[in-house]
Amino acid sequence: MADPTSRPVPRPTPETQHYWDGTKVGELRLQRCDDCEEVYFPPRPFCPKCSSKSVTVFAASGLGTLHSYVINARPHPAWAQPYSIALVKLAEGPTLMSNVIGCPQTPEALELDMPLQVTFEELTETITLPLFKPSEARA
Amino acid sequence: MTDVAIVGAAETTELGKIPGMSQLQLHADAAFNTLADAGLSVGDIDGVATAGESPTGVAHYLGITPHWVDATAVGGCSFMIHVRHAVAAIQSGQCETVLITHGESGRSNIGRGGRPGGAATLAGQFEMPYGPVGAPTLFTLPVLRYMKDFGLTHEQLAMVAVVQRQWAGLNPRASFHDPITVDDVLNSRMIAYPFHLLECCLVTDGGGALILTAAERAKNFPQPPVYILGSGESVETPMISQMQDLTSSRAFRVAGSRAMADAGINHADVDHMMVYDAFAHLPIYGLEDLGFCQKGEAGSFIAEGNTAPGGCLPLNTNGGGLSFMHSGMYGMYALQESVRQIRGTAAAQVPDAQVSLCLGVGGMFGASGCVVLGNT
Ligand SMILES: [Zn+2]
Repeated sequence: MADPTSRPVPRPTPETQHYWDGTKVGELRLQRCDDCEEVYFPPRPFCPKCSSKSVTVFAASGLGTLHSYVINARPHPAWAQPYSIALVKLAEGPTLMSNVIGCPQTPEALELDMPLQVTFEELTETITLPLFKPSEARA
Repeated sequence: MTDVAIVGAAETTELGKIPGMSQLQLHADAAFNTLADAGLSVGDIDGVATAGESPTGVAHYLGITPHWVDATAVGGCSFMIHVRHAVAAIQSGQCETVLITHGESGRSNIGRGGRPGGAATLAGQFEMPYGPVGAPTLFTLPVLRYMKDFGLTHEQLAMVAVVQRQWAGLNPRASFHDPITVDDVLNSRMIAYPFHLLECCLVTDGGGALILTAAERAKNFPQPPVYILGSGESVETPMISQMQDLTSSRAFRVAGSRAMADAGINHADVDHMMVYDAFAHLPIYGLEDLGFCQKGEAGSFIAEGNTAPGGCLPLNTNGGGLSFMHSGMYGMYALQESVRQIRGTAAAQVPDAQVSLCLGVGGMFGASGCVVLGNT
């Protein structure tokens, strides 16, 4: 029943293009302010903390922790079963929304603060989504 | 303390399921009921504020030629912010008599405009691909973090719905009246873990409106004046994934503290309180972010009955978005209940309510407006 192609496809803007170029080549790209060192997300060509326009795109480690989530039971055309919608706190500081895959979608398996690592899933020819799975480094 | 008062307040004639009215007509129905409540006619109105529809559309539909309009639309708390802006406009002489309208065909979806948010917006790029299905899967996202950090239990969260149903049982216009238990809540259908159906707001049709004018004129109206003692507003983020702190709303903190300082009140002065409850955790965040409870204590405060009928801080006394009604932008109904409580005409009247604090939320912890009302 589920039709993964019905998943909403992001449309990059000039300010976010580097992020989507990154996921396509297996990098989770963030930005760091050259003046105050703030690491931030979502992308924009200036620092949200100090307004500096001197910012640098870099590849993040792809590591993070499960900060919070819900397990959606409402129907969505792209998913057949209940699935997690997660907030992942990246090792570099920012938090982003994603899905945790590679484990049962249950409160027991989805333990808050569990270590996660990024994995990439191609959605279209131009868009690859960063998803997260339980970290392999986990004991 | 401001020099402005609410002299007219009413909801639509019906609430709940209103398939025979467009959204714009719901605005008009609420507006005419409110004009009647104030003993005014359309020609007396010179300022119009609304959200959901444009003030252009509402003014044209009603036949008003305004000197002042406000189209602030930051979600369900827009009406609290309209009150705040109308106070400033009336005090500065930009207009004399402001009509604030709300109408929403949330359930029947008659004549309702589309929702914005394309694939190139930040939410379209960084939230929608991960499968959120409306507010029940977004507004709820912070709560597991709150539960782990502060020990809130599933049973305490369920008690928010249980207590609000107690209030709804006293209100003939509420959608639901029958008492519910914690087990009823926890056994209701899972919507998005950890949220069950009874911890999510209703989806209904309805509307409401307010009329504001200078306090010095307020005694000449049929209803007892409800004075606007203070107000506050703020915004934080259009995406819940970018909240600074998942356990606290910055917009609540900014709007709430400003409103209380503006009104010159402290917590003990508040006799009655409304916290926009789109979902069961909202009253918990509101009580803590405004300092009525210490961090982490609002869940037990509610579960112990302090906000229930007979409790020390009556909260969401119409039954709230969980049991009274929720058309989508509920803030207007919270304001209506605060006005009724201060007038002394509420279905579940709090004895001797002199100060009511009404806290609204917009979007998913995206915005907030707060209004403090009083009878003197
Ligand atoms: Zn900076």
